[in-house]
Order: sequence, then C-alpha cells, then structure tokens
Amino acid sequence: MNKRKVQFLLNNTLISSEVNPSLPLLDFIRKEKHLTGTKEVCKEGDCGACTVLLGTLTKNSVVYKTITSCIYPIANCSGKHVVTIEGINKEDLLLQQEIFADENASQCGFCTPGFLMSVTCYLLNNTDYKIEDAINAVGGNICRCTGYHSIIRALNNIIYELKNNSSNDRVQLLVAKNVIPDYFKEIKERLSTIQSDKKVNTEKSSLFISGGSDLFVQKPDMLLEEEAQFLLEYDLSYIYQNYDTIIIGSGTTFEEIKQSPILSKVIPTIKNDIDLVASLPIRNSATIGGNLTNASPIGDLTIILMALNSELVLTDGINERIIKLSDFYLDYKKLIKTNDEYIKEVLIQVPKGELKFSFEKVSKRTYLDIASVNSAMLIEVDGNKIINIFISAGGVAPVPKLLKETNQYFIGKDISIDTIDSALAVMQTEISPISDVRGSAEYKKILLGQLVKAHFLKLFPQLINEKEIV
Amino acid sequence: MKSSDVIKHVKGESIFVDDMPVPQGTLYASVFDSKIAHGKITKLDLSEALKVPGVVRIITYKDIPGENQIGNIIPDEHLLAVDTVEFIGEPIAIVIAETEMIAKKAKSKIKIEYEELTPITDPRDAYEKGSLIIPPRIFSMGDVENSFTGCEYIIEDRVEISGQEHLYLETQGAVAVPVEGSGIKIYSSTQGPTAVQSTAAKVLNLKMHQVEVDVLRLGGAFGGKEDQATPWAVMAALGAKLTNKPVKLILHRHDDLRMTGKRHPYSADYKIGLSKDYKILAYEVTFYQNAGAAADLSPAVLERTLFHTTNSYFIPNVKATAISCKTNLPPNTAFRGFGGPQGMFVIESAIHKAALSIGIEPYIIQKKNLLVEGSKFYYGQIAKRVNASKCWNEAVTRYSFDSIKNSVEEFNSKNILKKKGISFMPVCFGISFTNTMMNQASALVHIYTDGSVSVSTAAVEMGQGVNEKMINIASKVFSIDKVKVKVESTNTTRVANTSPTAASSAADLNGNALLFACNSLLARLKKHVAELLKLDDEKNIELVDGKILYNENETELDWNKLIRSANQHRISLTAQAFYATPDIHFDKKKEQGHPFAYHVYGTAITEVTVDCLRGTYEIDSVKVVHDYGKTLNHAIDLGQVEGGIVQGIGWMTVEELVQDSKGRLNSNSLSTYKVPDIYSAPKKLETYFLEDSENPYGPFKSKAVGEPPLMYGIGAFFAISNAVKAFNPYVDLKYSSPFTHEKTLMQLYQGRKTEKERSKITSSEIG
Repeated sequence: MNKRKVQFLLNNTLISSEVNPSLPLLDFIRKEKHLTGTKEVCKEGDCGACTVLLGTLTKNSVVYKTITSCIYPIANCSGKHVVTIEGINKEDLLLQQEIFADENASQCGFCTPGFLMSVTCYLLNNTDYKIEDAINAVGGNICRCTGYHSIIRALNNIIYELKNNSSNDRVQLLVAKNVIPDYFKEIKERLSTIQSDKKVNTEKSSLFISGGSDLFVQKPDMLLEEEAQFLLEYDLSYIYQNYDTIIIGSGTTFEEIKQSPILSKVIPTIKNDIDLVASLPIRNSATIGGNLTNASPIGDLTIILMALNSELVLTDGINERIIKLSDFYLDYKKLIKTNDEYIKEVLIQVPKGELKFSFEKVSKRTYLDIASVNSAMLIEVDGNKIINIFISAGGVAPVPKLLKETNQYFIGKDISIDTIDSALAVMQTEISPISDVRGSAEYKKILLGQLVKAHFLKLFPQLINEKEIV
Repeated sequence: MKSSDVIKHVKGESIFVDDMPVPQGTLYASVFDSKIAHGKITKLDLSEALKVPGVVRIITYKDIPGENQIGNIIPDEHLLAVDTVEFIGEPIAIVIAETEMIAKKAKSKIKIEYEELTPITDPRDAYEKGSLIIPPRIFSMGDVENSFTGCEYIIEDRVEISGQEHLYLETQGAVAVPVEGSGIKIYSSTQGPTAVQSTAAKVLNLKMHQVEVDVLRLGGAFGGKEDQATPWAVMAALGAKLTNKPVKLILHRHDDLRMTGKRHPYSADYKIGLSKDYKILAYEVTFYQNAGAAADLSPAVLERTLFHTTNSYFIPNVKATAISCKTNLPPNTAFRGFGGPQGMFVIESAIHKAALSIGIEPYIIQKKNLLVEGSKFYYGQIAKRVNASKCWNEAVTRYSFDSIKNSVEEFNSKNILKKKGISFMPVCFGISFTNTMMNQASALVHIYTDGSVSVSTAAVEMGQGVNEKMINIASKVFSIDKVKVKVESTNTTRVANTSPTAASSAADLNGNALLFACNSLLARLKKHVAELLKLDDEKNIELVDGKILYNENETELDWNKLIRSANQHRISLTAQAFYATPDIHFDKKKEQGHPFAYHVYGTAITEVTVDCLRGTYEIDSVKVVHDYGKTLNHAIDLGQVEGGIVQGIGWMTVEELVQDSKGRLNSNSLSTYKVPDIYSAPKKLETYFLEDSENPYGPFKSKAVGEPPLMYGIGAFFAISNAVKAFNPYVDLKYSSPFTHEKTLMQLYQGRKTEKERSKITSSEIG
C-alpha cells in the first residue's frame, strides 16, 4: 500500500505526514497523535462521538463543518483545518462547556466531546441562533445517559448568552465571547500557506472513494489495503443551472444539496426532506455520487432523484456517456457502469408547468435512520387530471425502483380515492419486498401504499377526503 | 454547582480505558468467536493465523493455567469454548499480536469446522425441552385458584417482551499489565472490580492478592458491565500472563453487540381476576425468561421479576412462577431494572386488557389498587412509608390530568389521521440487592496534611454521578469546600471484597460507609479541638464552612490549621468504615422475608400522538412525580430520572433486537439497532420531586434513583396502544414490546373497517 504525504492543520499544529490515504481520520487522531478526547463508539457514523471540525479555506474565510472522523479518509483532510476537542480547549472552560457543566448535560462523558464539537461548529457557522437549528446541529450525536433534556436546556442557555451579537468577523466575536480560542484568528492565513497535494496518485484504480460515509462503514479493512482514487480531489462539487438542466457535480454533499436555492425551486420541501436522510456530519461528508453508486435499494436521495427523472453522466476519465438513473441499477448492488467509470454529474431537467413533488419516508426511528420504505412522487396535473407522474420507491425491490406500471396506470386519470386504490393494486404486482431487520415484507407492502396515499393527501388535500383515504 | 467529573467530560479530559497511555511493549488482543449458535467443534486450525507476521500467540482453553470458568452465580460458563459452542459470539480463541490490525487479520485466518446442532432460541421451546438454568421458582400469597371463583371479571392473555441492548457508548475493554511476583494489574471498564479480580485469580491460578483491579470510570454501563465486563478483563490478564507483556483488549462495537448479553426477553402467561368494583382479587402469572446459553445473572434477574410482579399494586391473592430458560443466545444479563421492568410490563398489560374488556379506562383500575401504608407484599414484606397514592395524586393535580384528558378527547374527535393516547405508569421499586449478603460496602478516607481529602469506596463511576455524591457527603460532614475532596479510582487494593455498583444502591451503601468513616474522623478531630483549646464539651464544637466553632463562636482554628495540628499530635487522619444494610433478610426456602430496605415510588403520565396514515408516533410529553427522598444532588437525580425515562421509552418503542431462528443477531450495528436520538426524546419532560419524603436508610435521608425511572418508559407502550385503539376500535391489541412503527401500522389497520365498509354495515343494519 502506497503512502502519501498529507498536510493539514490539526488544532494548532501543522501535520505533514506520510500516511495511508485511506486511514480513517479518527485512527490518526487517537492512535498516532494520542488525542483521546475524540471517542470511538460505532465506527459507522451513527453516533457522533468522533465528531471533529473540518475547516476549509474559501475566498473570504475558513468555513467549518462537522464530520464523523471514524469514516472520513485522511486524504480528504489535505489542506484543511482539523479541530478536535483539544483544539478548542482553553485553561478555563469555554462558554459552551461552562453551560453544559452547569446543566449537568453530561453523565458518563463519552458522548460529550462530540456534542461540544457539534455545538461549537453550529456557533461558528450561524449568526441567528435558533433552538431548532441548534438541535438539528447535534441531531447526529447519540447520548445514552441524559435523555437529552439537559442538553436541550444547555443549548437554550448558550443561545441566550450569545443572542444579539452581530459582528462582521465571526471568529473575532466568538474568540471574544470565549467560544473558541485565540489561535483561530490566524487559521485563514496559515491554511493559505499549505500546499494541498492534489491528484498525486497517478496509479489507476477502480476503487473510488468519495465522501467515504458508506464505504468506510462497509469495508474499512479492505480500504486500507487497496489503492484508491479520491474523487473529492476532482473538484466535482457544484450545482448550477444551464437553461432547463440542473447540473449537480457528483462530489456535492447532501448538506450542499439541502442548502441549494436552485434545487429548492424544484423541491420546495428539500430542507426537511434531506434532514430526514442523514445527520449533519454525514450530510457534510456524504456525496451524491457516492450515494448513488452505493446502490442501496433504500437510498433516500436515490429515490428523490429517481422521481425527478434524473440522468447520470458517467465517465472513465476520458469518455462520457449519459444514462437514466432508473436504468443505472441492474440488480442488488449491480450497476450498469463499468469498473473504470464513476459518476461525474447528475442531470435534472427542470420540470415545466404545474409540477408538484413529495417525499415520504418511514423508518424505525423517525430521524437519522435507514428507511423501512421510502417513496417520492413528481406529478403534473391539469385540473384533477394526471398528465404525468413519476413515483419511485425504496425498500420494496432489490434496487431502488421507479414504479413504471403504477405510473402508467395513473396517467390520464382523475385524482380520486378510487384511482389511487386501483393504482395501488397495480403497484402490488410490481414490487417484491423481503422481510429483514427493517420490517416484514407484508408491512413494507402496506406501508408503501400508505406513503403513496400520503403523497396525494399532502399535495391535493382539496381532492382527497381524509376520512375516505383510510 | 458543577460536578467535578463533568468539568473533565466537557473538555474531553476524562480518561477511559481506551484513552490510557499504554505501557511500553503493549500487545493487542482480538477474540475469535463461534459463528454458529450450537454445535461441536470438530477442527480448530491455527497454523495459518500463527504465520501472520506480528502474531505473538493464540490462546485457547488448553493454555489456561487455572480453571476455565467464569460463571458467577452458577459455574456453568467457560472463558474459552472447549469442544462445544452454545451461542454465536462465544469466545474460542484469543489472538495476541503487535497491533490490533495484525490481530484482526490473523483472526480471519483461523480455520474452524463444526458439527452443527439445532439451536434453541425461544424460551418456551427451551422449557418444553427441559432446558432450564435453575428449577422454577414460585412466589405466592393467599389462595389464587379459589379466589378466581369470586371474581366478576377474569382476563387471560399472553405477553411478549423484547430484550434491549445496553449500548453503553464505551465498549467492553481492559488493559492488563504483568507486575512483579507473577501478579497482574488490570485496568477494566467494569461495574464489578471484585468479580474481575476473583475470576482472574481463578482462571490464572493466582491468589486474589496477586490481582489488582483498578477502575477509573465507565463510559456507560447500565448493568451491561456488572458481570459481562469480566471475561474481557480476564482474557487480557490471561494474555498478559502468558506473554509476560501488557495486553490491551477493546471490543469493536460490532463484536460487542454480537458477543455480549442483553436485557432478557420474556414471554409470559397471566390470568387476572377483578371484583365488580375493579379491585384486583387474584393474579396468576408464569414468566419464561430467555436466559441465553449460561446462567450469568439470570437467576438474580428472575428473582427481581418475582419481586416486582405486582408493581405498585396490592393484590391479596398472587401466584407467580418464574422459569429461567436456557437458549442458544449470548447469556443475557443485568440491565437497569434487572427483571423488574418485565414483571411490571406484564401486570400493566393485564390491567390494560382488563380495562378494555370491561370498558373502562385502565387508570381506574390502576388507582383503585395502589399500595397503601401497611400493605403486605406477597413475599412477606410490609410496605412502609408508602408514597404510591401520594405520587399519583400529586401527578393528577400538578399536571391537571383532567384538562390533559379533555384536550386529548377533543383532539381525537377533531382529527381523523392523528390520534392521541395517554397513560399512567406508577412505579414501586425495591431497593437493596435481593441477595442480602451483597448489601455491604466500605470506605477509606485520608485527610492529607494540607487539608485535602481523598475518598475511596467500592462505588464505580459510570455516569450516574456517584463520585459527586460521595464528594457531597464528605464535604458536608467536614463542612469544607468540595474542591478539597477527591474521589479516587475504584481499586481492589484500597477497598476489598466489594459488591458491584448495581441495584441502584451504590450511593446508599458506599455513601453510608463513607458517612461512618467521615464521622469517625470528625469525632477524632473534635476531640482534638477540645484538647487543644481546652474546651469541656465536644458536643458544642462545630465545623462550619472551613471554620471551627465553639458554642457558635469562631475559634482560632480553621480546617487547615486543625488538620496540621492533628497530624503534629499524631492523630490518625485516615479512617476506614464498613456498612451493612440493617433489617433485611429473605428466606429462599419459604420465598418470604424482608428483602428491601425500602421502596421508591413515582407516577408518570405519558401523552403520545400517532400518525394513523404512516403508522408512526411521537412522544408528546412525560410528566412525572418521583419520590427521591431528600435528594443529595438535585441535578444528578434529575438526570437519572430523565435519562431513565428515555431509555425506558427506547426499550418500549424503537429499540428492536432482531434475531433469526439460527440465533444470529441481525440488528448488529448502530445502523440497524436504533436507540433514542434527540428527536425521539419526549418533547416535554417534566419531573417533580415529591415533597416530605424521608428515608432513614439513605445517606442524609436520600433515596436510590438509578433504576426506578426506567420503568416510567413503559407508559409509552400503553399510551400508543390507547391512540391506536382510538383510531381502530376493532383492533385486538397485542401486548408485545417494542411497539415499533411496524406494529403500529399493522394494528392501526388490523380488522379495521373503512368508512365505506362502515357505511355498508350501517345501511344493511338499517335495511
């Protein structure tokens, strides 16, 4: 396994190390640098105990985001500022630490550094603090002891202490308010002097690593032994509109999708929908390309993009070709792409006319869980009449599925309970869910029907009688 | 007031086992385990694994110098499998290597072959086949059989209760270091340092004094590290003994989930009989406990189920049979509540079903049958200082139950696709280890010459705040600033022969021992003050806020001067004290006695909203009145109640252990086993500390608080049931936990008639 040189700032120190580029950042922090405040708990991004900040130099400032370091390859840290709990500590407690301690918002202490990193990042990234947003920022942090209410009380108090403090220089203000240490002021300048070593791995490999949030969960040991291409180095993080086409670079993260004004025009509910998909640290690292390639039959974003009738631009680095997302999946985890190809872009045609969109998901735990069944619907109507419709569904087949026959049945019909009931009978013939840890086949069949009903009820409340739909 | 541990936690400076700097030359252990639930090992080939560069040794049962036995209550569990395996995850070999990665890699090269036998996973199946851990136990009072004949209502049903993964955030782990004299020092993440010490001594063939166990703190335990921290610590010790090098063993999360036991799943049958005016006259119940493949703590857990069979109610005729069934799952173990929650879930199910079949609200039966002062428990103890009705009534008035009820009814009449449900959950939980012998503790206190104080007890800090409570006690007795008091690690060389930190009783037992030790030092110090200042009456000497008062006037002495002077006058500044809970006893032959020092009471009102289209729900609020006694530390006690409630709600709702018929755990990671996140916590959580409750058995009249609040979470199950029933009156409710989204949707529509079907029925009836 080749090592490569990676340079980044770890807290207040410049790291310049020869490392295995696929080494999870957490292992580097804990095992090589012996910074033990960052904890290992689940090693799959599901608990937030290993949360650290990743600061990226932009034109005007350093932008920080939280990531779960247990599933984040160190190669993706190149040229950045990695901040652990040790990197925010001062001799005395910081404001947020003081308030956490006052509220006893920590019992065994194992989750606490992760929570505080999420809180600190929230305070760095926002100016207008709201409790709902602060809760969302720690949504990926699991605590087994407190029951969360002391944490929520602490968040409220932190917001209270910092409200009505606007300043052009956020870092300056937060240093003054005892939220971050002084050295943060110099990070911008220090990062600009670090050369990031991009595209140094000239070797061709068909192992592509993007955000890593799926791969490092599924095969962490294999990743350490194989040469990989790091797609984040290809600058594929962008969303723009070209006439009627929205073009999303495959390195675009879920959080960037959530915050995109272009996408929110097509999907007005996108902020809420993406919140259901993953926690903030995962949204910050998971990419659209990685998610689609992972080929989970239950991928939330896949289901959303499929209903939007998206297309993919595949490339092997030289040639490109375009295929429909609904044709991308051949069978369970089998893709139409060749080993050398990766997704470069996702294309969405901006719908014309009166189109409505809905996404529905039910999982064991409402937030931050993999769905039992999910479904999305894009529908065009003329009065009550369905002109065009795309319903997709996950968790009901070996692949994420566009319900072609059901959609076909709907076209040309008026929206009514009877139409939906008949369409659902068609739907049952084209799905084949299996019983697994996320639910029985029987449940998934019934649930998908309910979610399709929910699409219509949400989008056409005037046409559907609540009493009759159930 | 900030807790001294929490100040370290928020800076990430608290040290857990995996955070300790390792000694030079430390080796790493990885455990090779059984891939099948039941079978004979026909071949174990280590040769390829041993060839991996960096592998130092692979240990099997053959290498054990002492006994290959880790069973605590019953010696029925090998540390390493010999020729048969009885559960998936059963340890077979330990790979010791230079790095964790090498150990893992070598593990993958071990070759094993089995002759597979049919596994048993269901406790009733085990019972049918005679596969039991111990003979059934029966608790009874009155004449159940005959009293059913006098009942107006008799209801029978079956109840299924799922297990629960502890999901302590810190996985199991230990570091063992060889020390001179062939001894071993073990740093373990355990609730039971003495269990680790004695088991390591037995397995390694050492004297107990050759094994030192040190515990700084645990990243959560919840019972999961009472008995089940032992094997990993002993394996590390065995590795250290055999290689003469320090050995570190930390379980990966997936290994921990697969290999360790959980809260016991139970299946139960009951029959309950009520009078015309809803008094419960008779209750007969049989519990089938799924113990897993070895006894572990199952017999003790089973016993506590029997002690909490009637929860907070007085029932004159009771017969409770409990059967510990041996299955091919990892041995199930202690988990907050320790069998009590399962017992309570069954009686609450019985009352709920009875109420529905009679056609009244369940709380009418609940309230009518609450324990009163002097009620006799079916195991012989007379209930004293009973606060059952006091908590219930306080909850009703404080939280305006009538207006909650009205608003829920109004909501349900106005909404079609959303329904609300409410429930009451009273709790009565006995405090003391049910094994009387375990109710003992000791404390060691040093006062150093600079006036700072060092406290050692048997209590292990695992997030429950016991260290802070010890600081509270010592600083209160000496009336000094709490920063002067430090609680040391729990160490078998300073405090010996300890009971585990469990049964909610660590603060009681160790706090009382500490109180004795501090009081004896205080007496010595006062005597010295009297001598020094030539005062006649020690009684009028007081230590207040670091000052020494006589007849309420300041003297020339303060705490620091007094300590220095005592030292100069050769007065011992160290005290050791011992505490054993008085008044408790239990006769296992008669199944009668007085097992508990006291009971903790409380009542929770839970409100939920069910989305009847999607089959999902939200917990709107949990409002509690809890009997803390005189709280020692308000913030810590509040945290225990809030945390317990959410953990209990998790057990009843989202936390689903999925096992297949081959004994394989399918919910084997955090992506498939979901615990409550911040969004699943109740939107409102209110806790009121019951006033005027005193407890002569607790330090400064406090009460134990760790376990009882978990059982408030049971209320969520019945609140969801009530909401489902409000949507679908035709449902035949299943008393099967957890109430997952799947069960919710299926029951919302089970046998339900649609609007169309209902109108057909009505019109045909008219026609």
